[in-house]
Amino acid sequence: MTFDASSPRVANPAAAARATGFRRGTRSTAASIGLHTALITASLIAVFPVFWVLVTSFKPDARAVETTPKLFNESSLDNYVRVLSGEKGDFLAWFGNSVLIALLTTAIAVFLSATTAYAASRFLFPGKRSLMLSFLVVQMFPFAVLIVPLYNVLLALGLQGTSLGLVLVYCTTAVPFCTYMLKGYFDTIPQDIDEAGRVDGLSPFGVFWRLVLPLARPGLAVTAFYAFLTAWGEVAFASAFLSAADESKTLAVGLQVFVQQNRTEWGHLAAASIVVAIPAVVVFYLVQRFLVTGLSSGAVKG
Amino acid sequence: MAEVAYDSASRIFSGNPPVRAVDQLNLDVADGEFLVLVGPSGSGKSTALRMLAGLEDVDEGAIKIGGKDVTNVPPKGRDIAMVFQSYALYPHMTVADNMGFALKLRGVDKGEIKNKVAEAAKMLDLTKYLDRKPKALSGGQRQRVAMGRAIVREPSVFLMDEPLSNLDAKLRVETRANIAALQQRLGTTTIYVTHDQVEAMTMGHRVAVLKDGLLQQCDTPRNLYDRPANAFVAGFMGSPAMNLKTVPLTSEGAKLDGVVVPLSRAALGGASGESLSEVTFGIRPEALGIVPSSEAGMDMTVELVEELGADALVHGAVRIGDSSERFVVRVDGRTPPTLGQNVKVAVRDTSEIHLFHPETGNRLDG
Ligand SMILES: Nc1ncnc2c1ncn2[C@@H]1O[C@H](COP(=O)(O)OP(=O)(O)OP(=O)(O)O)[C@@H](O)[C@H]1O
Ligand SMILES: [Mg+2]
Repeated sequence: MTFDASSPRVANPAAAARATGFRRGTRSTAASIGLHTALITASLIAVFPVFWVLVTSFKPDARAVETTPKLFNESSLDNYVRVLSGEKGDFLAWFGNSVLIALLTTAIAVFLSATTAYAASRFLFPGKRSLMLSFLVVQMFPFAVLIVPLYNVLLALGLQGTSLGLVLVYCTTAVPFCTYMLKGYFDTIPQDIDEAGRVDGLSPFGVFWRLVLPLARPGLAVTAFYAFLTAWGEVAFASAFLSAADESKTLAVGLQVFVQQNRTEWGHLAAASIVVAIPAVVVFYLVQRFLVTGLSSGAVKG
Repeated sequence: MAEVAYDSASRIFSGNPPVRAVDQLNLDVADGEFLVLVGPSGSGKSTALRMLAGLEDVDEGAIKIGGKDVTNVPPKGRDIAMVFQSYALYPHMTVADNMGFALKLRGVDKGEIKNKVAEAAKMLDLTKYLDRKPKALSGGQRQRVAMGRAIVREPSVFLMDEPLSNLDAKLRVETRANIAALQQRLGTTTIYVTHDQVEAMTMGHRVAVLKDGLLQQCDTPRNLYDRPANAFVAGFMGSPAMNLKTVPLTSEGAKLDGVVVPLSRAALGGASGESLSEVTFGIRPEALGIVPSSEAGMDMTVELVEELGADALVHGAVRIGDSSERFVVRVDGRTPPTLGQNVKVAVRDTSEIHLFHPETGNRLDG
C-alpha cells in the first residue's frame, strides 16, 4: 500500500528534472559549471595583458620588469604625472592631434561612404560595378606599398606634413571599406520604404536623410567606429606623412619616444597607453548599443 | 478627388527581348470610382499602378490625374496615397508618426495633424496603438496602419497593391468589406490591385482584367461575369472556373458527346460569319445540371466530388470526339453523386452558353 502510493511520487520528480534539463534556456548544473569555467578562463586570458599594462603603469621603470613581479610595488601616479605634464614630449599636443585627426577622418569617411553607398544601393548608373570592384581591389594593397605613391600625391597637393593630408590618406582606406559595409546595410532596408516616403512627399535626398539614415544607425555606428580606429591607432602613415616636429605628432607616433634603442621606459609607456586607450573605449561605449541590429524589423510584414 | 486616365500608356523594361510589362493601356477611371485591376501573376498590374504613382517611368503615352497630365511629375506632386503589399511602414516611427508623416512634410500645423491622426485611428480602431512602433503590431494591425497613413492625407487618389495578401483568410474577408465601406464613405477614387478574382468581383465598381500587360476587358463585375469579352476573361473570372472546351460546330449548334446544344442566333451568326468548323464553348458549372438518365445529355463519369456545404462541385470526364474532357458541374450539396458513378449532364439554360473564337479567343456574339 505504502509502496504503491509512493512509487509514482518518486518517479515524477525524476522525470520532471529530466524534462527541465532539456527545456530551452536551462542547463544541467554540471554543464553550467563547465561552461562558466571555460568562459571565465577565456575572459581572464583576454583581460590579463591589459590588466598588466594597467599595473605596470603605476610602477617606476626600474620595477616594471622583474623576475618575481609583484602586483603593488612602489605604486604611484608618477608615471601619469610625468607623461601628462609633457616631461617626455608634448603628450597633450599629440593627444589633441590624434583626436582631431580621428574625428575628422570619422566625419569625412562616414559622410562620403554613406552617400556613395546609398547611390550604389539604390540607383543604377554607368560604372557602378567597376566602382564597387575598384573599392574592393584597393583593399588588397598592403599599406607599405602605398606610402611612396601617397607621399608623392600629398607633396603635389601641398598637403605633405599637414593633418588634413593624413586625414585624406586615412579616408582612402576607410571610405572604400565603409562604403562596402554601408551598401550591404542599405540593401537590407526594403525599397518599399523609400517608395512610401516618396509618395508621402519626400525628395530623393529627403528619403536618404529622413528614412534611410535613421534606419541605418547601427550600420553607421559600426562604420564610424571602424573609421575612428583606422585613424586612432595607425603608426606607419602617421610617421611618414606628418612633419617631424614634436608638437605635430599623433599619439601612436609619439609613444615611440618611450621605446628607445637600448632603453625602454616601460612605466611611462604603459601609462601613456592607458591614456591612449580611453578615447577608443569611450567611442566603443557610445556605439555599442547600435552594434546590435534589428532596428528595421517590423518594416514589412513579419 | 479626381478622375484618372491612362492614355495609351506603356512601360517597357529593357532586356532581351524587352518586356512590355504594360502595353498601350487605355483606361478611364471616374471620380470616386473603385476600380480593381486584376490578372494573373506577372500580368503588369503592379507596374500599371506604380506608373500612376510615379514610381515607374512611362515609356509611351501619358497618365492624367484630375485632367492634368502628370506623366513627368514626381510622386510627391501627384497627390496620391499608396498602400503597399508589404505595408512599408516606417519602422523607426510610432504609429501616430507614421500616419502623420505626410502631413508633417507638408508643414501642416501640429495640432491639426494630431486631430486628423486621432480621427483616422478611431475610424480604423487603432487608437490604442498610436504610441507603438510597427514591429509591436500584428499583421492585421499593420495593414490598418498602412490604410490609416493613406487616409490621413485625404489624397485625390488611393492606390492599393494587394493590401490584403498577407492576412489570413478570415481577416481578409473582413478587411475587404471594411475597405469597400471606407471607400464608399470617403468617396475617393481608388485603384486596387489584386490577383484574387473574388476580391475583384466583390469590391470593384468596375474591374479591369490584364494579361501580359494587355487590357482584356474593363467592365462591371456583373457584365464581366455574364459577358466575358474573350476566353481568357471567361476562364479567369468566377470560381470554379468556367468549363471551356473546343468542340465541333454544326448548323444547329455545338456538338458535345452526341448531344447538339442549340445556340443563340447571334452566336451562330458570329461563328458562321467566320465560317468556323469549331468553336470554344464555355459554360459555367452552375449552368450545368445532372438530369435523369432518360433525358438527353452528356455521359459523365464522376472523378471527384468537392462538397462545399450548400452545394457540391462534381468533376468528371466527358468524351468529346476522341478525347476525354474534364467538366465541373455545380449540384445541390445534399444529393451529390458518388465517385465513379455515371451521370447524365445537361445544359440547364442555353442563354448561359458563351462561344469564343477557337484561335483568337474573342467572343463570337459581339
Ligand atoms: N524592374 C523590372 N525589370 C524587368 N522586368 C520587370 C521589372 N519589374 C517587373 N518586370 C516584369 O514586368 C512584368 C509585370 O510585372 P508586375 O510586377 O507588374 O506583375 P504583377 O501583375 O504585379 O504580378 P504579381 O501578381 O505577381 O504581383 C513581369 O513579367 C515582370 O517580370
Ligand atoms: Mg504585383
